[in-house]
Amino acid sequence: MASAPPQIDRETQLRMYRIMVDCRTFEERAQELFFEGLVRGTTHLGIGQEAVAAGVAAAMRNDDYTFCTYRGHNHTLARGVPMAPIFAELFGRATGLMGGKGGSMHLTSVKHGAMGSYAIVGAHLPIALGAAWSAQYRKSGQVAVCFFGDGTTNIGAFHEALNMAAVWKAPVVFFCENNQYMEYTPIREVTAVEHPAADRAAAYGLDSILVDGNDVEVVHRVAKTAIDRARAGDGPSLIEAVTYRHGGHSRADPGKYRPDDEVAAWKARDPVPAYRQQLLAQGVGETELEAIDGDAREAVAAAEAEARPAPEPAADVLETQVWTDGGSAWRN
Amino acid sequence: MAELTYRAAVAAGIAQEMERDPNVVLIGEDVGAAGGVFKLTEGLLERFGPERVRDTPISEQAIVGAAMGAAMTGLRPVAELMFSDFFAVAWDMVANQIAKTRYMTDGQVSLPLVLRTANGAGLRFGAQHSQSIENWAMAIPGLKVVAPATPADVVGLMAAAIRDPDPVIFCEHKALFAVKGEVPDGEHVVPLGQAAVVREGSDATIVALAAMVPRAREAAERLAADHGISAEVIDLRCLVPLDAHTILASVSKTSRLFTVEENPRLCGWGAEIVSLVADEGFYSLDAPIVRITTPHIPLPSAAALEDLALPTVERIVETVRRRLDEAR
Ligand SMILES: Cc1ncc(C[n+]2csc(CCOP(=O)(O)OP(=O)(O)O)c2C)c(N)n1
Ligand SMILES: [Mg+2]
Repeated sequence: MASAPPQIDRETQLRMYRIMVDCRTFEERAQELFFEGLVRGTTHLGIGQEAVAAGVAAAMRNDDYTFCTYRGHNHTLARGVPMAPIFAELFGRATGLMGGKGGSMHLTSVKHGAMGSYAIVGAHLPIALGAAWSAQYRKSGQVAVCFFGDGTTNIGAFHEALNMAAVWKAPVVFFCENNQYMEYTPIREVTAVEHPAADRAAAYGLDSILVDGNDVEVVHRVAKTAIDRARAGDGPSLIEAVTYRHGGHSRADPGKYRPDDEVAAWKARDPVPAYRQQLLAQGVGETELEAIDGDAREAVAAAEAEARPAPEPAADVLETQVWTDGGSAWRN
Repeated sequence: MAELTYRAAVAAGIAQEMERDPNVVLIGEDVGAAGGVFKLTEGLLERFGPERVRDTPISEQAIVGAAMGAAMTGLRPVAELMFSDFFAVAWDMVANQIAKTRYMTDGQVSLPLVLRTANGAGLRFGAQHSQSIENWAMAIPGLKVVAPATPADVVGLMAAAIRDPDPVIFCEHKALFAVKGEVPDGEHVVPLGQAAVVREGSDATIVALAAMVPRAREAAERLAADHGISAEVIDLRCLVPLDAHTILASVSKTSRLFTVEENPRLCGWGAEIVSLVADEGFYSLDAPIVRITTPHIPLPSAAALEDLALPTVERIVETVRRRLDEAR
């Protein structure tokens, strides 16, 4: 019989709960503001997938690197990036996290280790491998964690990065959030194996790791093992966490291509209330959790209030920051 | 001064920078133990060790992507793409990721990296191993583009490219690998964005790049000897940043402009030069500008056909002579 998993300390548990609630509260508001017309362009929400962002982030060192996708609000928040500049970026404001030049799909805060949100499927796997290689070369002990979807396992960059990371024993953790759909197509209809990431691991000499992505403690444990392993010089891991997005792929997509009973079953396994119940059952006080819920509501409201009145970017920033000298000159 | 081949200058240029900065690392297919398929990186593995000179799998996206990830976290990677045609395989990494990330993050990320590649035609390799891709790179904001014509410039521009804080596409011309030239002793750096007037003249300006530079020079010698035409030849060296001043100054002196481009006709770098001179040097012109390019075709393999496609010394001489005759 397998031994009981090690207990996660209370501080970490509460931290993970706080991240999940912050993410959920932030994204629910972001969606409302999208329909209000304040959030422009596009949004890709991770509502329903918060356990992955929280469980992994709580296993990372402050100087570790996160690489994520356009569905990256949660992963960015989970690294401690403040909400106001994220809202401002979504609103197209001068005070945005990237001054309005990136938008929802490219949230980046290098000083928090949030090394970017990448919007071309698969691109960031090789880039994360490169950051890990750099950490290995500099002997810094840093680990890169790279989040991506199930659909990403069918693009070449996935396979190139996995192979090269394995050969180089790079300190990188590839974390597949299998939410079971690409944009609209179920992943099983277009993939030769049942578990799009886990079943491919053997091809790169890696263990096949498949976990419940809606259980934050399971995610945390598997991430910690992989991160520790990478930090110790034992090379990369590929983890597949099965989860589900409650909403559509992006923007106003109602996600109608999914059977109602499937959506209902996964909503019944919503990771946020599930973890709340779990913590209550373990003796955490209701008031303590309510305080965290309240903090999240306040933080989101305050961030929105701060971002709303911020000015739009000034015309004079249009041609800045192409080059490191701050400008964009291509000629003398 | 030491005489080096263009080929040896590549390794010498990289070695000069690896010696100077421990954060400079080199990756690519066959760059280590084999010394490169064109022997451009010979001796570097032995000299700098496997931590700094790494062989990769045939994974162009991973090579370029890894260089980006390393550059954004403190290294100065030099990544080799064996043939420049293979940029097409890694174009997402080059055009969407490397070129745009600094801007999209409002300057949070710097990418001090060099993507080196064997570029250009003349070796009868056919359409997929002979292209000049500098125009592809020039079309994407966020990339610097360098294409040296001499061994000295290979060393000097390589140094500048590796030291540059931004991404540089460094095109090493296959047809020049065996060419010999003097390289200054000691540390040699040629700043990016400075064209070289490699031959002075008063009747016509010929702007060329990489393998077209020696052809333009030879054409200029023949124009002088056989036709009494004094042509100034400019080696652009870099497309981005572009040394517009040197071109405009030359045209204001000669009043006639010719570009010699190895690339197919449409959207070649010469078109950009022509547009610039039309905007800012129009009143100094005495004759229509002429672009000498390859036809707008994929490159053929047979020697006779490839030679016909690329601008030759004869074609340059004839084009310049005829245009000047017309104007007389
Ligand atoms: C190379 C590329 N192809 C297609 C797209 C369009 N696209 C954006 S997201 C997406 C689905 C990706 O699915 P998955 O990897 O499962 O991530 P999820 O959106 O489910 O988080 C597609 C096809 C893209 N951005 N990049
Ligand atoms: Mg998916």
